[in-house]
Amino acid sequence: MAYEVNGKTIEHDEEGYLSDLTQWDNDVAAILAKDEGIEMTDEHWEVVNFLREYYDEYQIAPAIRVLVKALKKTMGKEKGSNKYLYTLFPYGPAKQACKIAGLPKPTGCI
Amino acid sequence: MSILHTVNKSPFQKNDLTSCLAHANDDDAVLMIEDGVYGAIKGTQAASQIAAAGATVFVLGVDLAARGISEDKVADGVSVVGYDGFVKLAAEHHAVNSWL
Amino acid sequence: MSEDMEDGGDIKKFMYMNRKAPYGTIYALEALEVVLIGAAFDQDVSLAFVDDGVFQLTKGQDTAGIGIKNFSPAFKALGDYDVTKLYVEKESLEERGLTADDLMDLVYEDEDDDWAEKPSIRLVSRDELKTVLAEQDVIMSF
Repeated sequence: MAYEVNGKTIEHDEEGYLSDLTQWDNDVAAILAKDEGIEMTDEHWEVVNFLREYYDEYQIAPAIRVLVKALKKTMGKEKGSNKYLYTLFPYGPAKQACKIAGLPKPTGCI
Repeated sequence: MSILHTVNKSPFQKNDLTSCLAHANDDDAVLMIEDGVYGAIKGTQAASQIAAAGATVFVLGVDLAARGISEDKVADGVSVVGYDGFVKLAAEHHAVNSWL
Repeated sequence: MSEDMEDGGDIKKFMYMNRKAPYGTIYALEALEVVLIGAAFDQDVSLAFVDDGVFQLTKGQDTAGIGIKNFSPAFKALGDYDVTKLYVEKESLEERGLTADDLMDLVYEDEDDDWAEKPSIRLVSRDELKTVLAEQDVIMSF
């Protein structure tokens, strides 16, 4: 299974998560977002980029409550909330945002 | 005629290194790879066994690096080699004995 | 998740005991995943590093040469998951030619103390660890 982006073949698993996260770029993210029915805004990118940085540092995709806690710390109370994240990613922030960020499915995310 | 022995288990969990060293002749080489590289850390019982053994002892550098064991922790008398050194050792000896 | 667990009315002490080196087998990585999943259940979680398990925490791991993912950075995220008690057995370190200085600097932020950074690693003797083990409700060994 694969996405075709700018003539490149990007392999993904049966749920749409990238097989090789080094193949990720903004164009790939845009395709992944489209598949999820999400129109990417600056606010969406903020979360996606945050997830990329988190993964880069810890080599894991954070669980939702860990993501909320971390966002609250860096971006304040309003953005560090379940409600805000669900507004941006209605079908589950951890799942959808991680997929768009090219990360594996968060550990423990069912 | 000499043998290259490879040991890939931690000496703190299995007796592979002990048995290997006991069965190696003086002109043999012993190469510690994968979890076997923990046997190269100085100041341990494994290091004393290596010091007492007749065979020449090597350790694979990439497996040390993966496990965060810096080369200054490697016991005297153990030489660090790369994959190329592994190949060279295999070629220099008439047989390879992988202690699994 | 049961109701009483959600209420926090039935918090159990969970101990994950790690006895294997990180890359030779899959145990260490699997244990870490179980810990991360289990952290969602708001229990009182501790980790113990015994025997070759202490090798999981060495600093400076660089797996580029062996083509296996370096998962040691994930231990630094455990604080975010409220896993803040990592018991490391002194005797196991000593037998392996290691000291606490060879281990990663793992910390957590204490919510009840103005988010002060505190060390997660607790060096304990074998006897002290026996006491910690005796206090647990559930022990899982890897």
